[in-house]
Amino acid sequence: MDELERKVINRLQGGFPLCERPFAAVARELGTDEVTLIAKLKAMLEAGTLTRFGPMYDAERLGGAFTLCAMSVPEPDFERVAARVNAHAEVAHNYERAHHFNMWFVLAAASREAIAPLIAAIEAETGYPVLDLPREQEYFIELRLVA
Amino acid sequence: MNAMDERIVRATQAGLPLVAEPWRAVAETTGIPQAQLFDRVEAMLADGRIRRIGAVPNHYALGYTANGMSVWDVADDAVDELGARVGALPFVTHCYRRPRRLPHWRYNLFAMVHGRSRPETDARVAEIGALLAPALRASDVLYSTRILKKTGMRLA
Repeated sequence: MDELERKVINRLQGGFPLCERPFAAVARELGTDEVTLIAKLKAMLEAGTLTRFGPMYDAERLGGAFTLCAMSVPEPDFERVAARVNAHAEVAHNYERAHHFNMWFVLAAASREAIAPLIAAIEAETGYPVLDLPREQEYFIELRLVA
Repeated sequence: MNAMDERIVRATQAGLPLVAEPWRAVAETTGIPQAQLFDRVEAMLADGRIRRIGAVPNHYALGYTANGMSVWDVADDAVDELGARVGALPFVTHCYRRPRRLPHWRYNLFAMVHGRSRPETDARVAEIGALLAPALRASDVLYSTRILKKTGMRLA
């Protein structure tokens, strides 16, 4: 990772300005120029160093409903259950974790009322109970990884 | 959410165009004058619908390969105060209070911890443990072993 990439990551995880020439404004802060900064961001997106660039929306505050779900699935049945769970468009992501509860996924639905029937459907299709763990409080400051 | 805000979300949820005047490009796509676009984006930042605007780094590309979901059983009367302190730690990216589901699940505080190696992440988890110690009853760390599905959360 070169010096400009490091600066981009450490400066630009938030605070992109609302003005006519925002890249020019940030470039001045970083000691570079607009054209170089834009080219660098494009290269970092292409290389996968950045996954996206733009506003990060809080989907729950936009009006959706979310919950974290956990299941305990016996190993021989794991792939079948993963396929059934993932087939639901409302499953935004799903991770296998090393634990008694070995499948963890996030459900995203239009409203809180839509969550319970979804969970019931997943339980019926898979034959295993689902823990419904919605967030009650967020202690979130800022996602800032240091490069 | 009003129709104008929804147009802005749809036009930008996949990212901003990497051009010299990205907001002008969004203004043209949405048909919203740039000054008004700035007002709406400011409003969404103020009420938290937009968390922040900028670059989203790939954890793995930055070398953060040991990502653990740490879970904690913290006394109810202390969890909010201590949770705020855990959320403020630089290596914690998400920190939430969630309901217990007894007898199956006793943990009410979740903190995602990122590190460049398993020992580094374990040391950071231990740091959280020390911070929570006065009100801590039990804890665990769940490392992900496989991504089974990962799609962004988007407006349909």
